Amino acid sequence: MTRRIRTYADLGDAGGGDIVEQVTAQSDRLRRRLATIRHVIAIASGKGGVGKSFITANVAAALVQRGHRVGVVDADLNGPTAAMMLGAARTPLAVADDGVHPATTAAGCTLMSMDLLLASADSPVRWREPAEAAFVWQSTLETGALREFIADTAWGELDYLLIDLPPGTDRIARLLALVPHPAVLLLITTPSAAASGVVARSVTHARDAGLGDIALVSNMDGHVCSKCGTTTPLFGEHAGTALAERMGVPLWAAVPFDPRVGVDTDHGRPVVLSAAHTPAAVAIADLTDALERHTRAPTRLDPVPTP
Amino acid sequence: MKFLCLACDTVMAFAERQLPGDGTMAAVFTCADCGREVAMLTNPMETQLVSSLGIRVGGRTVPEQPMELLRGTLASGGDAFVDDAGAEPDLATRTMRVTWDADASDRLARVPSFVRGMVKRIYSDYARERGIALITPDVMDRARTDLGLEGM
Repeated sequence: MTRRIRTYADLGDAGGGDIVEQVTAQSDRLRRRLATIRHVIAIASGKGGVGKSFITANVAAALVQRGHRVGVVDADLNGPTAAMMLGAARTPLAVADDGVHPATTAAGCTLMSMDLLLASADSPVRWREPAEAAFVWQSTLETGALREFIADTAWGELDYLLIDLPPGTDRIARLLALVPHPAVLLLITTPSAAASGVVARSVTHARDAGLGDIALVSNMDGHVCSKCGTTTPLFGEHAGTALAERMGVPLWAAVPFDPRVGVDTDHGRPVVLSAAHTPAAVAIADLTDALERHTRAPTRLDPVPTP
Repeated sequence: MKFLCLACDTVMAFAERQLPGDGTMAAVFTCADCGREVAMLTNPMETQLVSSLGIRVGGRTVPEQPMELLRGTLASGGDAFVDDAGAEPDLATRTMRVTWDADASDRLARVPSFVRGMVKRIYSDYARERGIALITPDVMDRARTDLGLEGM
């Protein structure tokens, strides 16, 4: 006769190395911090190089301009750019009882980014753990670092916390494990077939994780000539609309490419502040309108016509 | 992870953790009924995996500090943070340079890499707050007693 050994669940709270209690304490800390934030906005794509950080920086600046209290988490630990795009100085961060105080930015929002923790702009992220075993710990450690960025930063009361995720469709699920109910997941795409394919997978990932509030932004959606105002497609035309219809999610904005955007972004000047009249800035203002509308009165996000 | 004494059908209680300094860890669990002890030994990869969760087997002797995981594991983040807790230390205290003698440095080198940065900072802060310019093994022992840092 096989003897029955009590299972882990049978033992209840007894025994163990206090691990469950510590993980619970981490979750409680995260929950307490999130309670001080009215709306968490996740910005992701799955694809790299589509302009997630550019959109994040500009939406953050636009929200501040409209009187909101805004924080930004640059969750791209290995390729952080938000500090540069938002005009944040690399100065030591104060550690106080209520957490690590975030950097303030020229755009008026607060920021937590790995960029602020590195010795110089040229320094890569290096962990103390032996690199040869990175496959064992890196993913876990990076998720823990993101948890600390959100939970251990003394954000104060915020209207919006924007979380700019790195490339990789898996990153969405990792964030949702920490923040299960963001007000909306903004998925950034470009009109290229390559980006659309990856972003479609991200939509599926997010839905599989139970998230319903998903909206698309099509970035680099045509080039507007600064002299004559003519729009020339950079990739295919209407790809953003086609993706939105195929996946059943709304397209909240189509942001055209503008060389001035690149220059201003590199100098920490969000285009919504520095060149508010440009088509790109106008499109981001429309995107910010949609975001405000949705967070003011959340509704089911069904496909909507191209803006 | 729990340990069950099959002879007594009793959940074994955590008793002790040791970090020998080579990246491994030993955690001892005891049966309260028969007194049997079991040591769980983890290899460096298993130890790293646990530490990358930001938890300590056996519990904590000091509460988790803000961004403790990042501050302890980020090799390039040593100067990125300044303490601002409680009473503001004066400028001289904040900027006081603390050095480690050879024996203390040897001892620090035996601390597993994944917590070494945090441990170094804790001892350095302890020394700065007390105006101690040179950290020796004696200072480390006093800090362990004063701060309840068993295992460090």
